[in-house]
Order: sequence, then structure tokens, then C-alpha cells
Amino acid sequence: MSSIGTGYDLSASQFSPDGRVFQVEYAQKAVENSGTAVGLRCKDGVVFAVEKIITSKLYEPGANKRIFTVDTHAGIACAGLLADARAIVDVARIEASNYRAEYGMPIPCMLLAERVSTYLHAYTLYSAVRPYGCSVMIGAFDKDGPQLYLTDPAGMCNGFFGCAVGKAKQNAKTEIEKLKLKDLSCKDLVKEAAKIIYLVHDEVKDRHFELELSWVCKESGGRHQRVPKELYEEAERYAKAALVEDSSDEDEEM
Amino acid sequence: MKNELLTGTSIMAVEFDGGVVVGADSRTSLGTYVSNRVTDKLTRVTDSIYCCRSGSAADTQAIADIVSSHMEILQVKLGEPPLVQVAANTFKEICYNYRDMLMAGIIVAGWDKTNGGQVYTIPLGGMIVRQPIAIGGSGSTFVWGYVDATYKPNMNKEQTVDFVKNTLTLALTRDGSSGGVVRVAIITKEGVERRVFLHNELPEFYQG
Repeated sequence: MSSIGTGYDLSASQFSPDGRVFQVEYAQKAVENSGTAVGLRCKDGVVFAVEKIITSKLYEPGANKRIFTVDTHAGIACAGLLADARAIVDVARIEASNYRAEYGMPIPCMLLAERVSTYLHAYTLYSAVRPYGCSVMIGAFDKDGPQLYLTDPAGMCNGFFGCAVGKAKQNAKTEIEKLKLKDLSCKDLVKEAAKIIYLVHDEVKDRHFELELSWVCKESGGRHQRVPKELYEEAERYAKAALVEDSSDEDEEM
Repeated sequence: MKNELLTGTSIMAVEFDGGVVVGADSRTSLGTYVSNRVTDKLTRVTDSIYCCRSGSAADTQAIADIVSSHMEILQVKLGEPPLVQVAANTFKEICYNYRDMLMAGIIVAGWDKTNGGQVYTIPLGGMIVRQPIAIGGSGSTFVWGYVDATYKPNMNKEQTVDFVKNTLTLALTRDGSSGGVVRVAIITKEGVERRVFLHNELPEFYQG
């Protein structure tokens, strides 16, 4: 062993001498390598936008989706290992369905997020399992209005007005901070979210990507669904136009 | 109260603007024997949700205790009082799943900040339905017509209390196994106000 801190990363159930759990940190690394995902919340809804990097041209369009519907009123956008995310979505769906059966109403987003993150946390405690290599954003429109939560592989869970995960999360967060989320409508938010994804996309490292957009708001009837085709195209046009404007601004500065 | 039967109660609940009024008679009987003449059939589930119990006293008390404990846990989890709808569905879940073993006709009523005053009725088989007004127990069979003829939407609090008092008085005078005093609880945003109308304070109707 070359130095202190090596040899402590073989199991999720062991601390390193300086108090870290390396397996959990590696899982977080898996999230950081993923395509960016953005979640925005305004006063009448929640919007998800995902930069889905296309790893092979041979895939059908729309393959390997990263936004899922959990219940009528709730959706999940994920970053990290897609296979892990699907397993988490399954758990979330079961939790949502159980709540409905037991209490006769849609699960409040806060409870759903709490249950999912408790589940994720359990996988950071045992030597026989590995932590989930993905972060999920949970968005819903419940009795208290729009809600947005973000979980991470460690089992943390926080509520947000806007959040970003994945490769370009820093840039995306800076862009989100520029928005006046409380004043924007959900329709504007879809366009802004698309713009952010286009803006933070790294043309050099990942050539091809597919934009995924979903929302849950008054306009969608309180349902989580992919945005309508017309709005998707409008958002894409808006994003591309903003991109052109952005690069011409840079030219002027030079 | 070991053997209170369905044939021994008059209960009702009415929604009004800002809350609900629940009411019940106070007789518990074992056959022809009145084992308790001042029973309280209005049972607390949470601070702002009550249920009116009819059927077997043992069954309904047990169910109310279970639901009450469920709601207490849920209140801690949610950090706010559970919805009336949630409590009513928990009652239904038990009443439906164990319908062959239970004899329980329950009216769940209360106030929450999302949906205001609400009344849910859960009759024998474990059905659940929200109604602006619900009556139950053996005494209710005698007052359906009165309720249909008298109930008006958008009554205020005192009108609703009078309506409940009159309906229950008519029910318990005609029903042999209902009687005693009329107990009323008014559940609003402010909390619960309980009233008791002793037998000599009840309105007089045609006694022929």
C-alpha cells in the first residue's frame, strides 16, 4: 500500500481513516460523467430537460430515454448509469402506487423523494452491494403545487427551485441562476431549459445528442408528460437561435 | 358497549361553508337492555378529523384506534395534519378488506386546509363516497325523507347545527334503539367545538 487512504475503497461498508466512503464517491463520479440534466420549477409547474448523448448512430431515435413518468402527477429525470436509474424508477413507481392504494390519493412529492432517497441510502451501508451510480430529479405537481427534489447516490435529498446534474452541472447552474424562476411561465421555462442544454453541450467531446423535454404543470392538466411536439420544436428553435446569438456576441468581443 | 349493534344508532354529518357538523345519539344497547345512555359515538381520529361510529362498538372502536394511530404517524412524516380524504381511505381499506368479519358503518368527517370541510361515508360493505351530507345507523331509515326535504346547500354553521339536532331528534324518537342525548361536534379551521343537547333540550315534534 503506497499511502494512507488506499485499500479503503473495496467496500461501501468501510470508512477511510479520514472519514470518507470511497465507493459512494465513485458512484458520484459516475453521475458527473453523464450527460447534463436540468430541472426547473416555477409557480405553476416543473420542467425537465436532458442532454441525452447518443453513443451509437445505430440506435433508433428516442432509444434509452432518461425521463420517466412515475405516476400521473410525477416524473423522474436521471443522470448516471441508465440501468441503475431504471431500477430506481421501478422502486419509485411501486412507492407511488402503494401510496395511492393505501390513501386513495397521489403521493406527495416530498414523501416520494424521501422514500426513494432512503432506498438509495440503504445501498451505501452494506459490503455485499454497491451504491446506485445515478442521481435522480423527482418532479411532481401535488396538492401543494409544483415540487422538485434531487437525490444523489449517498441518499441525500433536497428540494430545489432549479437544479442540474451531470457533466456540465456547474455551467448549467450558473445559467439557471440568471433566470427569474418565480416570474416565468412553464412554457417559457421549457424554452429556457432547452436553451441551457444546448448552451452547456460540449460539441467537441460529444458530437451527437438528443434533447429530452418533459413537464408537469397546469397546462398539461397536472400530468407529467413529454412536452407537445409543437412546443418541443419551438423550444429547440429558440435554443439554437440563442446559441447563434451567443457565439456572435463572442465574435464582437474579440 | 360490548355488543352495540347496527340496529342501535342514529348518526349524521353535514358539510357547511368552513367546516362540518357531526352528530350522534347516545344509546348503546345489548338487545333490549340499554347498557349506556350517554355514549360518545363521535370519536376523534386527529385534531380536525372525527368519525361517527355505527355497528359493533368493539369493531368500530378498534378500527378508529388503528386509523388514529396511522394518522399520527403520517402527521409526523408529512409535517402537517393528514387530509380527511386520506383518513377516510384508511378506514375504507380496513372496512373493505375485513368486510366479512366486521360490522361497521362509519361516517368520516373533518376539515383540512386543502379541501375544507368534507364528509365521507363508509357503509357496511366497505364502499367509500364523499357526500355533502350523510346519515347512518338504524335511526337514519326514519329520517331520509326529512333530510331530503330539509337539506339546503350553503347553510351557515348555526343552521347546520339546528338541522343536525332536528334530524337526530326525529330519528331517536322513532327508533327504539336510538335515544338519550344528542351530541354534536363542529369541526372548522379553528378546531372542534362540542355541544350536548340533553333530552329536555331537544325540539318537540308530533308525538302521535
